[in-house]
Amino acid sequence: MLKINNLHANINGKEILKGISLEIKAGEVHAIMGPNGSGKSTLAAVIAGKEEFEVTEGSILLNGEDLADFAPEVRAHKGVFLSFQYPIEIPGVTVTNFIKTTINETGKAKGLEELPAKEMLQLIREKADLLEIDRKFLSRSLNEGFSGGEKKRNEIFQMAMLEPQLAILDETDSGLDIDALKVVANGVNKLKSEKNAVLLITHYQRLLDYIVPDFVHVLYNGKIVKSGGKELAYELEEKGYDWVK
Amino acid sequence: MELKEKLVTSFLAFENKGNLDLDSTVHSIRLNAIQNFEKEGFPTKKDEEWKYTNIAPLLKHDFNLFPNVEKSIGFKNVQDYLINEIESYTLIFIDGVFSSFLSETTHDDCDVCVLSSALARPKYNMVIDNYFNKIVNKSNSLAELNTAFTKEGAFINIPKNTIVPKPIQILNFSTGSENEVLLQPRNLIIVGENSHVQIIERHQNLSKNTTLTNSVTEIFVNKRAIVDYYKVQNDTDDSSLIDHTFISQKQQSVASVNTFSFGGKLTRNNLEFYHEGENITSNLNGITILNGKQHVDNHTLINHKFPNCESHELYKGIYADKSVGVFNGKVIVQIDAQKTNAFQQNNSILIDDGATINSKPQLEIFADDVKCSHGCTVGQLDESALFYMQSRGIPKSEAKALLLYAFGNEVVEKIKIPQLKTLISKLIAKKLNVQLGFEL
Repeated sequence: MLKINNLHANINGKEILKGISLEIKAGEVHAIMGPNGSGKSTLAAVIAGKEEFEVTEGSILLNGEDLADFAPEVRAHKGVFLSFQYPIEIPGVTVTNFIKTTINETGKAKGLEELPAKEMLQLIREKADLLEIDRKFLSRSLNEGFSGGEKKRNEIFQMAMLEPQLAILDETDSGLDIDALKVVANGVNKLKSEKNAVLLITHYQRLLDYIVPDFVHVLYNGKIVKSGGKELAYELEEKGYDWVK
Repeated sequence: MELKEKLVTSFLAFENKGNLDLDSTVHSIRLNAIQNFEKEGFPTKKDEEWKYTNIAPLLKHDFNLFPNVEKSIGFKNVQDYLINEIESYTLIFIDGVFSSFLSETTHDDCDVCVLSSALARPKYNMVIDNYFNKIVNKSNSLAELNTAFTKEGAFINIPKNTIVPKPIQILNFSTGSENEVLLQPRNLIIVGENSHVQIIERHQNLSKNTTLTNSVTEIFVNKRAIVDYYKVQNDTDDSSLIDHTFISQKQQSVASVNTFSFGGKLTRNNLEFYHEGENITSNLNGITILNGKQHVDNHTLINHKFPNCESHELYKGIYADKSVGVFNGKVIVQIDAQKTNAFQQNNSILIDDGATINSKPQLEIFADDVKCSHGCTVGQLDESALFYMQSRGIPKSEAKALLLYAFGNEVVEKIKIPQLKTLISKLIAKKLNVQLGFEL
C-alpha cells in the first residue's frame, strides 16, 4: 500500500530525512521508534504533505501512485490520515461542524453524494460512542481548551469518521493517562482491518502493549537503523537507543 | 467653489427654505453650529484624530446638497436591503427625504417616526429642548456641520416601561438622482426608564454615483433601559460614510452597539459613550472585513465618570489587498469612577502584504481601584492550522475562508436578532467567498 524509497527531506536547507525506505502492506501495523530529533515527526509530516519540507530525493508511493505533486488535502482524499502530536485549536468551529466539513469535502473529491444530515449525525454519534466521547464535547470549539487526552481522543474520533487507508499516529500516546490510552488504543484496534494499515510513531513501548505492531523500525539521525518484530520494542525499552546506534 | 464655502453659503438658503420658527431653540443651535463649522472647517491629517484617515480627496467632489428626490423608487428597489423575515418598524429615507409609502411608523405605545415632524409639532417641543444636540461633541466639526443642516432623520421616543415588540430598521438610500450627493441624516433616539429597543441602521447607495453621508445619531438611555444597536455597513465602492453616534447612559442601563463594516469606499465611525450614573454597562463590538482599497476607521470613546460601571469592547478586522483599517479606542476612567471594569480588545488579520491596520488603544485612567485591560493583536493566518485542516481533506482556499469566518464568529455570536445574525453570516461568507456546508 505504502512504499517509501530512499526518501530525503530538508527544512530550511537542513537535511532531516537521509534516505528512508519502508514498505507497509494492507492489514499491517508498523511502529517507528527513536529518540528525540531522529526525524520521526518529520517523516509523518512529509507523508501527509506539509509544504515546509522539501523532498530532495526518493519517492512516496501510495497504491503505486507517487504522492509528490499532491497537496495535503488530496493526499487526505486518497486515504492518508495524520493524527497530530499537537492538534491545533480552532476557535469558532465546533467539533461537529469541522467533521461535517471534512467528510463532505472528502466525499466531494470522490464524487460522492453529500451525506444526508440525519445519517451524518447518526454516524457521528456512533463513532463518538466508540471513543467514549461525551455528546456535549461535540458542540465545543475544535480542540479549544481541550485537555491533552481529549485532543488525542478527538484525533482518533476524526480518524474513525474518515476511515483512512493509511493512518499515521504521531505520538498519540503522549499526554494520555493509562485509561485514556486504553480507550484510544481500543478505538484504533476496532478500526483496523485487512484493508487498511497503521503507522505508529512513538517514543515508548507503552502504546505497543495495546496496539500490537507487526514490525518495529528504529529511526536514528534520519535513517532506519534497525527493523524487527514487536520484540524489538521491548529490547529498546530495556537497553535504550544507544544499543542500536 | 470649495465645499466648505459652498456649505456655508448654502446655509442661508437652507434656513430660508425651512419652515422652522426662527425664534426656536433649534434655529439658534443650527446657527451656532454653522459658525463652529465655519471656524473649524473640515478635519485634516494634521489633526491627531484624523492622522490615518484622509478625507481631503472626498471633499473635492462637487456635492449636491439638496438632491432631487427619485420618485420612482418602490419596494422592489429596496427590499433586498431590509430584513424581511421579521416583523419590524421601518423608517426609509430616499435621498434624505422620508418615504411614508415605504415605511412603517407608529405612535401607539411609542413614537417611531421622523425628526422633521418632531421639530415641527409643539407636542414634542419639550423633548426636543431636553435632548436635541445635548450630547453631540461640539469640537467635532463634521458633527457640527450635520447639526447646522438638521432637517430629517429617525425620531424614536420610547416612554418608560415599554418593550418595543419588534426591531426598528432605519434605512437611508441614495438613488443617484444627482451625480454627487451629500446626505446628512440626523437621528434622535430616547429610551425611557426600564424600556428596551433594538435598532438596525443601514446606508445604501442604489446607483453608481458618488454619495457621501455625514450622519449623526444621539441616543439617550435612561435608567435600567436596554438598547441594542446594529450598524450594517455594506455599501458600494462609490459611497463613503462618516458616522457620529453619541450615547448617554443613566444608571443601570445597558447599551450595545455592533458595527459590521464590509463595504463602502471610506467609512469613519465615531462612537462615543458618556456615563451619567452608576452600574452602567456599555458594549462595543465590531467586525471589519475589507478588500480592494477600502478604508474603515473605528474611533471609539468610553467616558467612565461614575463608580461601578463596565465597558466591553471587541473589534475584529480582516484586511485583504490594499485595504486600510484604523482602530482608535479611547477609554477614560475619571477620578470618581472607582471599581470600573473596562476591557478592550482589537484583533486583526492581514491577508495580503499591501493591507494595513493602524491600531491605537488609548487608556486614560485617573481612578486607582479599577480593572482595565486592553489587548491588540495583528497577525496572519496560522499556517499550522491551515495544514491541520488540509490534512483532514479541506482544500487550502476553503480552510483559509473557514479560519477567517471562525475568527469573526465571536462577534457574530453577540447578535441578538436571529434573522440579522443569518444576514451577517451570509454577508461575511460572501465577502470571504466561502461556501459553508453548515450554519456556524
